[in-house]
Amino acid sequence: MSDNLLSLKNVSKEYSGNRVLKDINIELKKGEIHALIGENGAGKSTLMNILFGMPVIHTTGGFEGSIEIEGKEANIKSPHDAMSYGIGMVHQEFMLIPGFTITENIKLNREITKPNLVSSIFGKRLETLDVKKMNEDARKALDILDMDIDEFLPVAGLPVGHMQFIEIAREIDKTGIKILVFDEPTAVLTEAEAKNLLNAIKKLSQQGIGIIFISHRLDEIIDVADRVTVLRDGEHIVTKDVKDTNKYEIAQLMVGRKVNLDSREGTNKNVVDETILRIKDFFVAMPGENVKGVDLEVKKGEIVGIGGLAGQGKLGLANGLMGIYPAKGEVEFNGEKLPLNNPKAAIKSGLAFVSEDRKGIGLLLDESIENNIVFSAMQINEDFLTHLGPIKIKNSSKIREHANKMIKDLDIRCTSSMQKVGRLSGGNQQKVCLARALTLNPTLLLVSEPTRGIDIGAKKLVLDLLKHLNNEYGMTIIMTSSELAELRSICDRIVIICEGKVEGVLPPDAPDAEFGLMMSGSRHTEGSEE
Amino acid sequence: MVGVKNKNTSIKDVVNKIGLPTIIIGGFWILLLIAGGFLGISIKTLISDTIKRAGMNGILVLAMVPSIQSGTGPNFALPVGIVCGLFAEVCAIEFGFTGWAWLFYSIVFAIPLAVIVGYLYGKLLNAVKGSEMTIATYTGFSIVAFMCLPWLMIPFKSKNMGWFIGKGLRETIQLDAIGGAQILSDFLKFSLFEDGAFITMGGEGGIIIPTGMLLVFFLCCFIVWLYFRSKSGIAISAGGINPKFAQSSGINIDRCRIKANILSTVMGAIGIIIYSQGYGYTQLYTAPLMMAFPAVAAVLIGGATASRAKVSHVIIGVVIYQGLFTTALPVANQLFEGTDLSEILRMVIQNGIILYALTQVEGGDK
Repeated sequence: MSDNLLSLKNVSKEYSGNRVLKDINIELKKGEIHALIGENGAGKSTLMNILFGMPVIHTTGGFEGSIEIEGKEANIKSPHDAMSYGIGMVHQEFMLIPGFTITENIKLNREITKPNLVSSIFGKRLETLDVKKMNEDARKALDILDMDIDEFLPVAGLPVGHMQFIEIAREIDKTGIKILVFDEPTAVLTEAEAKNLLNAIKKLSQQGIGIIFISHRLDEIIDVADRVTVLRDGEHIVTKDVKDTNKYEIAQLMVGRKVNLDSREGTNKNVVDETILRIKDFFVAMPGENVKGVDLEVKKGEIVGIGGLAGQGKLGLANGLMGIYPAKGEVEFNGEKLPLNNPKAAIKSGLAFVSEDRKGIGLLLDESIENNIVFSAMQINEDFLTHLGPIKIKNSSKIREHANKMIKDLDIRCTSSMQKVGRLSGGNQQKVCLARALTLNPTLLLVSEPTRGIDIGAKKLVLDLLKHLNNEYGMTIIMTSSELAELRSICDRIVIICEGKVEGVLPPDAPDAEFGLMMSGSRHTEGSEE
Repeated sequence: MVGVKNKNTSIKDVVNKIGLPTIIIGGFWILLLIAGGFLGISIKTLISDTIKRAGMNGILVLAMVPSIQSGTGPNFALPVGIVCGLFAEVCAIEFGFTGWAWLFYSIVFAIPLAVIVGYLYGKLLNAVKGSEMTIATYTGFSIVAFMCLPWLMIPFKSKNMGWFIGKGLRETIQLDAIGGAQILSDFLKFSLFEDGAFITMGGEGGIIIPTGMLLVFFLCCFIVWLYFRSKSGIAISAGGINPKFAQSSGINIDRCRIKANILSTVMGAIGIIIYSQGYGYTQLYTAPLMMAFPAVAAVLIGGATASRAKVSHVIIGVVIYQGLFTTALPVANQLFEGTDLSEILRMVIQNGIILYALTQVEGGDK
């Protein structure tokens, strides 16, 4: 028997022709804490889904390569298989039943029972619960984690940190657990709770359990992990012993420099020293992308990039400004106070928004290109309307004319302006969204994830278009994107959002490591060390 | 779409465009017409009846369009509008109007009433987002049940509509008495192919065209069509297809939904007035209870879904649906004497098509 508890050998995975994992090799030893790090979309979740035999893997054609557990090939076809191989997972979102006690949650579906009169007739399903034994077991699991709370309390009302521990207790209470995966366990915890958790993880590893630790926080990785594997774009970049590396190197490896979309050429720009947008103490309640107090100023004529990892709040900013999600704070636009939570007022004042949710918010998929392009302008600015007494009827010929001009200007590939938007490719749909925003004649254009889900050629066209709008018409643009490379290729400066706040502002040519550290929020702990 | 073979796709496209249920039920109707012809039933009479019934029901079916477009689903609460129309009719009778004046004042009284009631109903729907159709159905049932009390207790004196003994309004009010029966249907009425002549004004044989009624129906269709090309109508449609999109464009969706349901309620009210004059009777009490269902079924057969409807769906749907039942009754009676088969058939098709359409909504949400 080799000393490898788990080894993934040449694991690859394709989703309908799109390679998301390429030849991943990971080995996990007994009692080792192995950190896994990578940007969003680097393939971490896919890898874990493979390890757990999630149905999403097997319904999309399975994967290549093999998984070995304790030197023997393991055939994991379902989460149930994974469990019987001794693989456990602590979920990011809590899978606990609030009304049940801690013991009941820990022992759910694995209850200890004793026979009674009814069960001797009707079978095992109706046996009485052996609450005392169950409590003892739960106590034991909680003790391993140094949790001194009573096991008979209901879960509802416990602090978040405790819930995470109960979830862990449930996993270690399972007999024969060998491998435990933590998926960003500290994301929702306070600092003290996180510290406790990391200690617990160390303790577990000392008992011989192999731990896979997924986190964005570099400090934590340096703190607890023995080895770290970096994934980027589905590729296995490197596996290193933590003692041989430092967080700067990890950050750099994680970000890397991707396809170099031709970087910003000469700055013949007309950035005026006039602030067009001033955001103060801005909060947005967008589920999963909360903004918690952002201060930001945008100058007239510049392209500002908003970057950061998913779930940190970068998307919330634009959505909050446009009134799509509830927001509060002070926003001054063009010298006037911008009313919040009022999309109509936002558009009227000269903001236009290209949403990251193209198919959800951005387009009417069943409607024609022309209707999509003119819709907002018609509703807000009353363009493209003929007045028939009190009734305003749409002016089809004017609409057609404008749509054809937009189709030509933005090079939208379609059969005619009557074609349904749902039939267009992603890149062309994105151009329709842009056309709709431009039809509003905005002074400030907000663009979120403009290249998500479109191919590389269309990507370049969209980015060039933004650059063109900025250069030619002096349009101020705020672009939010998960792809650092594209932000760096067109933005004048890049604001990194972390945990709902501005982590820092970087010039596009700042070193990779700087970006990596800021995005993982590890910079503020060290001050301005460079 | 990728065309594999030109011919295949063209047939498929046609089927997709018209919709499979429309084709099947339309085909079934034509089959029944032919069968009727062989059984010696006058096809001219069948077609006349179809046109008459389609004209009577047309505006009630049209009332489905605004509510479907706004995203609140088919207006199962059509009886809300219907009782407004009925109330306006009995008021007009009570005030002593007869003939054209009765028709005119019925509509004049009905509209403001329906606007107020439609506004309140729209408010209600905004409070129950997500389960509009269920709430609508029961709102319709409740209002009909509730209105049974006013029908009984209202202190109207007109002899034309009271019981002969006791108080309250009759269940069925004959419009002959006030000169309201078929007043619109008979306006400019003519018939086709009567005794060899192509057109006979005021004819009673051949294929009878109730010109006045059809003109009013088509006028309403035109108004709705035009409305959904206006700024306000487009906003309603967008809110119905994609509320998030509309909201991000600064549209107040709740207001759009209220507007659409006011429109639908008003058309329900006008629709029942046109229906009553065509039928010759005003029916109170529980008569409107089930009236929403044939109207919903008709628009769905015409090719609408529970989330998208056009005026063309209304016209196609009401002709096929009413045609099917005016034809099925005599044909079934000839084939299976003494049974109630056509009524059973009507229920099967009516409820079947509603069920089919509702399952399609679920599929579309994915």
